[in-house]
Amino acid sequence: MASQILRGVVGLLLLAQASMASAALSIEIIGAGEHQIPIAIVPFGGDDKLALSINAVIVGDLQRSGLFRMVDPIGKSPHQLADVSYPDWQVRGADALVIGTAALQPNGRIEASFRLLDVVKQAQLIGQSVSANGNQVRAVGHRISDLIYQKLTGDEGVFSTRIAYVNRQGKRKYNLIVADSDGYNEQNVLEQSEPIMSPAWSPDGSHLAYVSFETGHAVVYVQSLYTRQRGVLADFAGSNSAPAWSPDGKHLAVVLTRDGSSEIYLVRPDGSGLRRITFSGSIDTEPNFSPGGQSLLFTSDRGGSPQIYTTLVAGGPEQRLTFGDGNNFSPHYSPDGKGFVYTHFVNGQFFIATQDFQTGQMELLTQGGWEKNPSFAPNGKLILFASEGRGRGILATVSSDGRVQEHMFTQSGDAREPVWGPHL
Amino acid sequence: MKKLLISIVLANLLVACASEKPKEPEAAPAPTPIVEAPAPAPAPAPMVAVDPLNDPASILAKRSVYFPFDVSAVQEADKPVVMAHAKYLSEHADRKVRVEGNADERGSNEYNLALGQRRAESVKKMLVLGGAMASQIETVSYGEEKPVCTEHNEACWSQNRRSDIKYQ
Repeated sequence: MASQILRGVVGLLLLAQASMASAALSIEIIGAGEHQIPIAIVPFGGDDKLALSINAVIVGDLQRSGLFRMVDPIGKSPHQLADVSYPDWQVRGADALVIGTAALQPNGRIEASFRLLDVVKQAQLIGQSVSANGNQVRAVGHRISDLIYQKLTGDEGVFSTRIAYVNRQGKRKYNLIVADSDGYNEQNVLEQSEPIMSPAWSPDGSHLAYVSFETGHAVVYVQSLYTRQRGVLADFAGSNSAPAWSPDGKHLAVVLTRDGSSEIYLVRPDGSGLRRITFSGSIDTEPNFSPGGQSLLFTSDRGGSPQIYTTLVAGGPEQRLTFGDGNNFSPHYSPDGKGFVYTHFVNGQFFIATQDFQTGQMELLTQGGWEKNPSFAPNGKLILFASEGRGRGILATVSSDGRVQEHMFTQSGDAREPVWGPHL
Repeated sequence: MKKLLISIVLANLLVACASEKPKEPEAAPAPTPIVEAPAPAPAPAPMVAVDPLNDPASILAKRSVYFPFDVSAVQEADKPVVMAHAKYLSEHADRKVRVEGNADERGSNEYNLALGQRRAESVKKMLVLGGAMASQIETVSYGEEKPVCTEHNEACWSQNRRSDIKYQ
């Protein structure tokens, strides 16, 4: 939906989009889940080219989750239920089988019909058609992946969701990018010669708030992804930054230095109703709302080093959550509200870490390096973060149990500050 | 005369560039030789009223102050520079400066933006202490977003932990 409307812009932007979209993204997967479901995905029948494209998206999605092991369907290509011989797949060790057909309809729409079959029980788990505009092949694949993932794991799929990040090329080119959850289908939201920071999705996925330096200092903007219209959220003297949406979308928390130090304020999406939340006189920044909207996590150096704190939005006691060696930054609540993910910096290395509110224990999910800005997928099973590879800033994901990591190498430049968007 | 002015301007530029370099870390090898500025024409040249701001020999030619990791207080070594600019601003009420704070990349982007702002503010405080009016000074931060050096090492980071005093 967003992509469709985003496409309706000026020629220059279209060109930029096209060049970005055509470039191959390279993806590396490291590790494997503990219990992987062996699944065979037979390339769909019908329009071969279309079918192959959809197939590649589904295989990529399921592999990236770390929860599936691909069983090679070579030599067998059933497209209809009547063609399926379950023993063929039992022999290959597949527990699940996906078959189907895909074709471009006369009205220009893609229609893909697929079945998810339980090879062990010899029964159909899903039989469904998915259709979309002709230019949304990947969206069709992601939708099918979501349905398969949900049926087999019991968790909501997040393959159809989108991510946002900043891409920096040299010192004079900054892009705000929205892409599919697998990094493909990149679209330019903003391109300029001054830095862009801290993209934040509205809860309905219709808007991005972000920080731009285009007027010479940090100003927070809110931009519609549908109309591309944008407004200034906060432009006071000093720095205006770190936007975070409340879960009901009625407020944003922002960080302003207008009264001296960096403090957290609440503001409505149109910039009205400013109200100050923190008064520490130290650096208070990176607010993030709890799923229920009553609490905030934030980073503060009031104790002498940057650590994670929590407070109530309505006002109340502020409590420190991280202790021990090192500095901690960038907290984001897990979707179930039971813990949070953050950046841990110790001995010159950044790690992605989680903490459970009940135990208060830190769990490191990565091996350390240049790893920053983690955020959860809406289903809480994957974490997106900024990493580094081949000397560039890249996007990376890690499963919330730390078992599977994926590195996404964008075409060029440094990918920075990614954030996972909501279900649309 | 025109030639002389140009050579002075050139000399200014050269020295200004040289002075943009941060202090070398203690363990660093001997400093690279400074490029010799073209010698000014011999005296007695007709005296031109030179704004000390444009005098490459003046302490005012230094426009950057540097900070240790996660520190935003102006260091002893840089205090004379800041105080000299404070004095200049107090004597030139019509001049305005923009103090731009920066940070190295060892922190989150947002924490570093806040840290850069605090570095700009601490320079502003000292300028005001030294006689400048607050209304002459604007503070902004670029955090870690505009590094002059992008490698992951202290030689680079030390250049990025910086506040620049920029005359408007």
